Amino acid sequence: MRKCFLDKINSVFTEISKTMPLYLPTDSSDGSAVYKKWEDGIKWSDALNTVRSPKDFFFPQMESLMEFKTEGKNIEVIDTRQETEDFVIWGVRPCDVKSFEILDRVFLSEPVDSYYASRREKGIIVSLACSKPAETCFCQTFDINPAEPCGDVSMWKTETELFIQANTEKGEAFMEKIAGLTEECSEDAVSEQKEKIGSIMKKLPLKDLKTDAFGGGKTMDFFNAPEWDELSQTCLGCGTCTFVCPTCQCYDIKDFNTGNGVVRFRCWDSCMYSEFTKMAHGNNRLTQKERFRQRFMHKLVYYPENNDGLFSCVGCGRCLSKCPISMNIVKVMKKIGGKASE
Amino acid sequence: MQKITQPMLIDKAVSLLENGTVSCVFGWQKGEFDYDITPSVFKNADDLKENFVWNGFCGANLSKYLVSKADKIEGKILVFLKPCDSYSFNQLLTEHRFDREKVYAIGLPCDGMADISKVKKLCGDGISAIAFGDDTISVTTIYEDKPYEIALKDVLLERCENCKSKKCVAYDELLGENGDVLDSNRFDEVARIEAMTPDERFAFWQNELSRCIRCNACRDACPACTCEKCVFDNSDSGVENKAAANSFEEKMFHIIRAFHVAGRCTDCGECSRVCPQNIPLHLLNRKFIKDINEFYGEYQAGAEAGSRAPLVDYTEEDIEPYDVFDRRDIDA
Repeated sequence: MRKCFLDKINSVFTEISKTMPLYLPTDSSDGSAVYKKWEDGIKWSDALNTVRSPKDFFFPQMESLMEFKTEGKNIEVIDTRQETEDFVIWGVRPCDVKSFEILDRVFLSEPVDSYYASRREKGIIVSLACSKPAETCFCQTFDINPAEPCGDVSMWKTETELFIQANTEKGEAFMEKIAGLTEECSEDAVSEQKEKIGSIMKKLPLKDLKTDAFGGGKTMDFFNAPEWDELSQTCLGCGTCTFVCPTCQCYDIKDFNTGNGVVRFRCWDSCMYSEFTKMAHGNNRLTQKERFRQRFMHKLVYYPENNDGLFSCVGCGRCLSKCPISMNIVKVMKKIGGKASE
Repeated sequence: MQKITQPMLIDKAVSLLENGTVSCVFGWQKGEFDYDITPSVFKNADDLKENFVWNGFCGANLSKYLVSKADKIEGKILVFLKPCDSYSFNQLLTEHRFDREKVYAIGLPCDGMADISKVKKLCGDGISAIAFGDDTISVTTIYEDKPYEIALKDVLLERCENCKSKKCVAYDELLGENGDVLDSNRFDEVARIEAMTPDERFAFWQNELSRCIRCNACRDACPACTCEKCVFDNSDSGVENKAAANSFEEKMFHIIRAFHVAGRCTDCGECSRVCPQNIPLHLLNRKFIKDINEFYGEYQAGAEAGSRAPLVDYTEEDIEPYDVFDRRDIDA
């Protein structure tokens, strides 16, 4: 365990930025936190979390996959990928760190998504324990411990100090870079914080939410549940929940006509949208009820079915605070999961 | 003035359900906390008694739901309308978007709705309870022993800070006393942006709109956006986009939407309330409202059902295009 003083944090950022870009949550002009590349003058936000999740770094909202250019009868195919350099994502919360594992199972399974893989390989994740969780947090439902952040490097922040510990080889190498700015220390302060977080977690309003009712093989337990009608009845069909979600990973691939060629790009898509997975015969989810059901069945049943029981929700609470009608996975779990969820 | 309370609304709704006047009730349903309220359709008295809520977080405008649901529901719908919701209600009637006969509307006086993000700026996270006083709210968090006492006026939604009217303009029955149309300061921010240089104004909107994540929440919540199929959802349109192909596109989406609702937007403020990125989208719409007022005389969309909006009407006194052009402020 090493530590540094928070009033010296800018020299740490300066040192890291000498060799690679450093992205950290900073307060935006609208008052919410957003990941930005650090440069002199950018202040590390105290906010619990960013509105957009750090999945953007590995799975950006839009990326160009390739380009086609036509000249006469020739079509040139251009690989638009750029060499990715090492980069650091600083201050990632434990829930979001877990979300990378969920995305990895999708993008790093055969056939490996090389666009995602190259960014994942270059990214160094420096995580931060949550000393002040919100009422919307329910990571413990998914066995995530906000006092034990994972990633390549883990951090715990107190009023004046930052405690840092490497977890991986990548993390060790990263710690080397800032070794001169940190010092060896005891784990006492961190143990104290862990204990404190533990007692806060027992006070959170969603502490008793359970996943017991859900999991692989439960499709028919819920698919035709009458509750979907009521749960989805005022869903606006916007994509807010899916776009702020750290684990939603659906995308569309489209061609953009540039006039003398085509840019083939990939962009986030949302199962809440009426055109999602539209096929030649039309759409297989005709009303918002089916679209709404798809999102929650995917997180609570289909994904775990295909991924050894792992749920594709990390309890970050973004959808709880951002849904325009305040409908969310917690309300769905309690309603259709019944007693087993409480 | 008699305060309209949650039990009064529940009693009212239950009696209208039980005497057969209506078959269901559009209202607000309580959530996990005291602020995460969901618009809901209540079908029976037990559901109303258990889940109906009326407090300072019932910001959601219920009028738009009439468009998709009025045809599908047997019998009449009871809908509760706050003053600003009643303008949307009228505007939708003007556009023949639902059958008035299908609806029993109850107008409610409104003291303004709170913005939870403003509350959280004052008390932080970890809210365990919120209680409402006359013009205060008391917020308990898991981190402090004593609750925070906050003046409601300090945490109002932007649209309520600049409330244009406390008057319900459409109802079958009114609870409490009707309010008045107010002199609001709602155009002050528009005037401030108008006074900017073009470069400053561009930078202002660039900063705001570049945060857009194209979730379409603004459009989907907007009572003026009721196209059966939005052009931006139509993959055959050639402009369907789920992501901005370049930095102009997110601006294009919002500007086109503002044009499309111009003259029909009642300034209900739902677009800005629902935006997950806190983009002040209402300012685009208010710019149009301000311009319409200046060009054609004061006009408030939704103030009365069936009114002829200046942009879809013609009079010989209408402003000439060159007068508009003369007002341009493009730097030479």
